[in-house]
Amino acid sequence: MTMITKRARKSAARLNFSRPLSGLFCVLMVVFILGPLAWLGIRAFAESWTFPNLGPDGWTLRWWSVVLGDETLGRAVQNSLALAALTVLVSACICLPAAYAFARYEFWGRRTFLIGLFALNAFPKMGLYVTIASLFYALNLMSTVLGVLIVHVLGTVVFMTWIPAAAFAAVPRSLEEAARDAGASKLRVFFSVTFPLALPGILVAAVMSFLASFDEAQGSYLIGAPDIMTMPTQMYTLVLNYPNQVAAVFSILLAIPSVALLLAAHKHIVGGTLAEGFQIK
Amino acid sequence: MTLIEEIHSTTPIHRETDAGGLRGLRVRGLHKVLGGRTIIDNLDLTVRDGELVSLLGPSGCGKTTTLRMIAGFLAPDAGSIQVHDREVSDLGAEKRPSAMVFQNYALWPHMTVQNNVGFPLKLRRLGKKEIEQRVDAVLALVNLLHHKNSRPARISGGEQQRVALARALVQEPELLLLDEPLSNLDAKLRVKVREDIREIQQRLGITTLIVTHDQEEAISMSDRIAVMNAGKIEQFSRPAELYSRPETEFVATFIGSLNRIEGALVNGVIVPGDDVVGIRPEDVVFTLHASFDARPAVVERVVPHGHFHEIYLKRDDATLRAFASGLPPAPGDRGHASIQNALTFRQGRLVTTTRVTA
Repeated sequence: MTMITKRARKSAARLNFSRPLSGLFCVLMVVFILGPLAWLGIRAFAESWTFPNLGPDGWTLRWWSVVLGDETLGRAVQNSLALAALTVLVSACICLPAAYAFARYEFWGRRTFLIGLFALNAFPKMGLYVTIASLFYALNLMSTVLGVLIVHVLGTVVFMTWIPAAAFAAVPRSLEEAARDAGASKLRVFFSVTFPLALPGILVAAVMSFLASFDEAQGSYLIGAPDIMTMPTQMYTLVLNYPNQVAAVFSILLAIPSVALLLAAHKHIVGGTLAEGFQIK
Repeated sequence: MTLIEEIHSTTPIHRETDAGGLRGLRVRGLHKVLGGRTIIDNLDLTVRDGELVSLLGPSGCGKTTTLRMIAGFLAPDAGSIQVHDREVSDLGAEKRPSAMVFQNYALWPHMTVQNNVGFPLKLRRLGKKEIEQRVDAVLALVNLLHHKNSRPARISGGEQQRVALARALVQEPELLLLDEPLSNLDAKLRVKVREDIREIQQRLGITTLIVTHDQEEAISMSDRIAVMNAGKIEQFSRPAELYSRPETEFVATFIGSLNRIEGALVNGVIVPGDDVVGIRPEDVVFTLHASFDARPAVVERVVPHGHFHEIYLKRDDATLRAFASGLPPAPGDRGHASIQNALTFRQGRLVTTTRVTA
């Protein structure tokens, strides 16, 4: 009896001690994650916001009209969306076959190539782009859509290869063998079994590639500006020429497609029937 | 009165009773080397039309490799595989007239049960109506019509197994291959499913080859069993014969339980020698009173097995294991033990069976 009550009291004491601590931690996390976003939100509607004041000096929609009234912005949005879509498509065409090969075949230099893909991310981006730029000058690719597209695709190669490769490798071979046994050709096996089962992984890679392309600024600026402006490169121009409230407005606009895409992907990947397929042993 | 039966040592390891190829499966000289190791060593196997044959052996004996070569997932280094008198060893798995049930069932998780079973027919470009009729018929056969629209992840392991079987049967294969079909099921279900498989197989008269490591499964289902060891077939015979007359020491120890004693059996007594005497535990009889051919024995250990007990009996010539039903003796009890049947092996091969009759 006494043992039990003692233990109960002990755990209650621990609870009393840990509850405010975890509460505090939660509050800190919320402030840490949501704080900058709230600041950004307020900033986008602020007349001005001077140092000792806790709130902005006044509210206005002026910055929104400045940004939305800028005719180059419409083009930038179009450019960004088109480029991101094109990047995903091109990247998928190049990387998915490579991913399948990495997952299913044993070939000379397989590991080296697989690790080598990371080399792209190992160097400082700017240095890489400067080298690419000098190459592009020679090839007349500066300020061309193709030039910007190549830079964007380069940034997505790692996602588009590694994640689908893992997804392809996760498809049990026996499922493919069962399809062959049923009479399917190799191509049919891929499109009826392997591809649909790897689709969640491929979708994740596509979303990440889309976002990477959508957010890519350095390379696009160096290769594309001023002829081909995307949303991030447009932001550089705006930030430099206007008060920083404009940057806040632009950040929010820039985040909309990303958030929308992530929500859509979340619904399809986590909640959809595709995830269900992976419960099978 | 000891009756000794001589067995000709020239008896082939496995006998083939069929004349000519005709129907069924015929494997000749199958050979496979993987990583410098001979996995399958010049293997011959014949499954007659409508027969159910088990490939039984310990893990690593090459039974699954053999099955995969017959199914077409693995290319043999040498040898011929004929199904219904047609050479198939050069064909890919998709062109062979065999259908396989995989150990893990290999159902496609993104398709419903109906689509899983209908997929092989879809590949054959049959009409929608015909596919539906045949899928319904085969699902009715395995008692799964009510799960037609379920996904594989939503049904139980036993049901998944039946879907896999239905997917193979719907192809109306000339040869049905099953790779450890029951190993992922729990003990109770295993007995039920193996009876179901046997019943369907006999009803359809379909030539079937099963790979298993479970001797009980093989003995209860098969017309004939091929016991494999180290890439070779040690013995190919009917289940009863396999047990009562194992042709090699390996088969005798692999099938059932065996007291393996080095020496020779003379008048019910084990004497030193170069041969090996094998005695089934059920052929060792323990009685409290003395009897013909029995020798004094002390009970050393009693191991309960549920409906019977395993008793370790120490005699002056050897320690023997015996099976006893009913009330078991206690360790330390003294009585008499006699050997009723024994097998004698010379260099691993059976030379005599000895029956002691009162």
